[in-house]
Amino acid sequence: MAERIVVDPITRIEGHLRVEAKVEGGKIIDAASTGTTVRGIEIIARDRDPRDVWALVQRICGVCTTTHALTSIRAVEDALQIRVPKNADLIRKIMLAVIQIHDHVVHFYHLHAPDWVDVPNALQADPKKTAELAQSISRWPKSSVGYFRDMQDKLKAFVGSGQLGIFANAYWGHPAYKLPPEANLMAVAHYLEALDWQKEIVKIHTVFGGKNPHPNYLVGGMASAINIDGDNAMNIEKFNLVGRLIDETMEFVNEVYLPDLLAIASFYKDTATYGGGLGNYLCFGDFSVAANNDPSGFLLPRGAILNKNLSEVLDVDPRDPQQIMEYTDHSWYENSKNGLHPWEGETNLKYTGPKAPYQTLDESGNFDKPYSWIKSPRWKGHAMEVGPLARMIVGYAKKDAPSHDFIKEEIDKALGGLGVGVEALFSTLGRTAARGIESKLCAVWTKRFFNELIANVKAGDQKTFNQEKWEPATWPKECKGVGLTEAPRGALSHWVHIKDGKVANYQCVVPSTWNGSPKDAKGQHGAYEASLMGVPMVKQDQPVELLRTIHSFDPCLACAAHIIDTETRETTKVEILR
Amino acid sequence: MASQDSFYQYLRNRGVSRRDFIKFCTVMAASLGLDPGATGAIAEALETKRRMPVIWRNFQECTCCTESFIRTQHPKAADIIMTMISLDYHETLMVASGHQAEEAAQKAMEENRGNYILAVEGAIPVKDDGMYCCIAGRPALDVLKEDAKHAKAIIAWGSCAVNGCVQAAKPNPTGAVPVQHIIKDKPIINVPGCPPIAEVMAGVITHVLTFERLPELDSQGRPKTFYGHRIHDKCNRRAYFDAGMFVENFDDQGAREGWCLYKMGCKGPNTYNSCSNLEWNGGLSYPIKSGHPCIGCSEFGFWDNNGGKSMYNHLSEVPGLKIGVNVDTFGAAAVGAAVVGAAAHAGFSAVTKKQLEKQASDNSNKNKVEG
Repeated sequence: MAERIVVDPITRIEGHLRVEAKVEGGKIIDAASTGTTVRGIEIIARDRDPRDVWALVQRICGVCTTTHALTSIRAVEDALQIRVPKNADLIRKIMLAVIQIHDHVVHFYHLHAPDWVDVPNALQADPKKTAELAQSISRWPKSSVGYFRDMQDKLKAFVGSGQLGIFANAYWGHPAYKLPPEANLMAVAHYLEALDWQKEIVKIHTVFGGKNPHPNYLVGGMASAINIDGDNAMNIEKFNLVGRLIDETMEFVNEVYLPDLLAIASFYKDTATYGGGLGNYLCFGDFSVAANNDPSGFLLPRGAILNKNLSEVLDVDPRDPQQIMEYTDHSWYENSKNGLHPWEGETNLKYTGPKAPYQTLDESGNFDKPYSWIKSPRWKGHAMEVGPLARMIVGYAKKDAPSHDFIKEEIDKALGGLGVGVEALFSTLGRTAARGIESKLCAVWTKRFFNELIANVKAGDQKTFNQEKWEPATWPKECKGVGLTEAPRGALSHWVHIKDGKVANYQCVVPSTWNGSPKDAKGQHGAYEASLMGVPMVKQDQPVELLRTIHSFDPCLACAAHIIDTETRETTKVEILR
Repeated sequence: MASQDSFYQYLRNRGVSRRDFIKFCTVMAASLGLDPGATGAIAEALETKRRMPVIWRNFQECTCCTESFIRTQHPKAADIIMTMISLDYHETLMVASGHQAEEAAQKAMEENRGNYILAVEGAIPVKDDGMYCCIAGRPALDVLKEDAKHAKAIIAWGSCAVNGCVQAAKPNPTGAVPVQHIIKDKPIINVPGCPPIAEVMAGVITHVLTFERLPELDSQGRPKTFYGHRIHDKCNRRAYFDAGMFVENFDDQGAREGWCLYKMGCKGPNTYNSCSNLEWNGGLSYPIKSGHPCIGCSEFGFWDNNGGKSMYNHLSEVPGLKIGVNVDTFGAAAVGAAVVGAAAHAGFSAVTKKQLEKQASDNSNKNKVEG
């Protein structure tokens, strides 16, 4: 007889996620994931000036805080056929690569690591042995005995206070924690170091975009003007700062993040045997080295893989009305059963779940009725996984991609180090490892884009903005555009319909919608749900293994559950001022 | 209760001697208007005080406030979390999930009745019984009311919690409202911005811990320390404004020379925040310095303050050229399209302000009794 467990809220994610699962024989046999918050950003984007929308939709997510702005800008520029200057293109690429790395490191240490690292157990560690362990896996200078002893003392004081704060009521001592005390101490130290480091790398956004989170973008280019002989624009001092931060980023990724990842993974090879889920992967691709963002030059290639078949990468055409469609059969919307392409997207809010407070969203446990604010996007009818694992797998399989050799080399190196085969990628562990490998690639590419930027400025080009189509008078009466990006969590797309100089319709199909979607019309589960099937549960009351698998996706629910429309579009002035 | 928790130990760890600590307590007693004999009592209180419990709730938001908070350079976020406050609930950072997470919040609130800070990130939807944001099967509206009941004070982080921000922008499909529209009987510190500057967030927390009182607030409930000036007042491009030298197009010669962005729609003249003073990410830059006009993200209803025009259109007039004129003394009339919202808001906030003053006075009396 299956037992039902509910985990709500799933913490250490962005936004609000609920999972209800059935457990039988020590394993999860069925699962339903629910986005429990919705904000209605797309409907709010309507009727606004397309040049402003990046700022509004940027607020979909303050974690991957730059990607929605960039994607919106791309959508509007696609619709208005605006080409941006080379400098602006390179600055945007640097900013996107920076957020990939930042987001992955923060995810690994601050959101994911507590699933693998038993914090109080670090008090049992011998600081000398910890130092030996740390020195054996990297050249990171902060690996002395004294350093780890001080760190342990700090932790002792914290635990001894009896006020455990964010570490209270957790699953410490759970048998699924397998690291020796020394590795736990090393990881705790790096948790704190990463917290310090992450505030540095984002300064690259601050230089170009004025602040982080939520740096500034601009339709037609970037607002940060370049003047190598000026004192109030991008000059050598600013470039030097960016250069130093990129070098430090590469060092942190190579000497701390990757060694920690591989060291921890070596104790958790069992998690390479479950959590794979769909086996279908989708990428829009990004970082083109070809002109005008041509997909043939994508360093992270575009493509789809079905049923883990690495011998065939299928072509993806987002503009084809038959490829990407969104379904609402199990979502709280007035449904459009046959599925709609995002340019035709139509969404009408209709909550039909139980009245709060509720213990379960479906008494029957069948989840055959609507149970989430998230819609179900599908590619050619298939449920797909997006994200770092999808990108690494498509890059691994797509032999004609410009970066194929580099991606393959890094993946093979990591798999070889762990002594596992390529099939280990299709798992909870594989997803976590892919994120680390991608960080290394992105660090290398950031440096490459930066060098290109400097070379371009050196050659005399200081242009950062294309003025030609700034004025609405230059726009067509009606047009449509799509912006495609690889956000830290996966394939992101914004779809805009511009009419009479205003946004007539705006739709976002986002990574966590693909991954966190409920079942579709055919009953196909979304990626989170599928990945939970077969996950072992040693203690049903302490769902560490469930969390590990869900967290391996780096869920971002504010991103996923953003889509609503209301039946009336009456302005609610009274409510705003109430 | 181990001594390493205490405020005294916190100061010791930062190199403050026993002698200086006692001096600090004496000054503290004097500044609170207490009898000099109260020094010993204050010292004892600070030596044994537990870390301030904080319950941090996320509702309708994008987590940019948390992201900003962890970027703080002084003090560092890790120091705040490990040595200054006890962050007993925070959905994005805490280890426990599900019912263990909610139990941690319940336990912390029960053990610290009347003595914990409730920090709120995000707006609260009130339409259709609040079903647009549920946590652990409960609407945010209910969670907020329950958590606020025994809180000592509330910090409303960011424009979502202060004025509703993006989800409350027209047409506000979920009926999102800020904290102060729901909780009326507690002191609320409004810390607007999308997000607020990291050091402002750290500053608000450490102000309460260091000076043992809430910071002084303006009529909108914002700490005067950080929201007392317009961005325009201390802008690095201000001299160009005064000289009438304006950027006319992005990337024109004026843009490359760093002239004033007013004609590009800059809201610096209407926006109260510390961006041009503290700057962002360790005092590195802020939007205007990096070439983009201020979008006014800390002002009430800023998404709809452009009168239906693009945010890149400039305002018809620049209010008050005098530096340091704040909203309280300046009046709402010149704040452009924000006028209706600001006026309604100011009327409401006057009530909050009275409560805050009363609370401050109560706190001071309480110290006297205990001292």
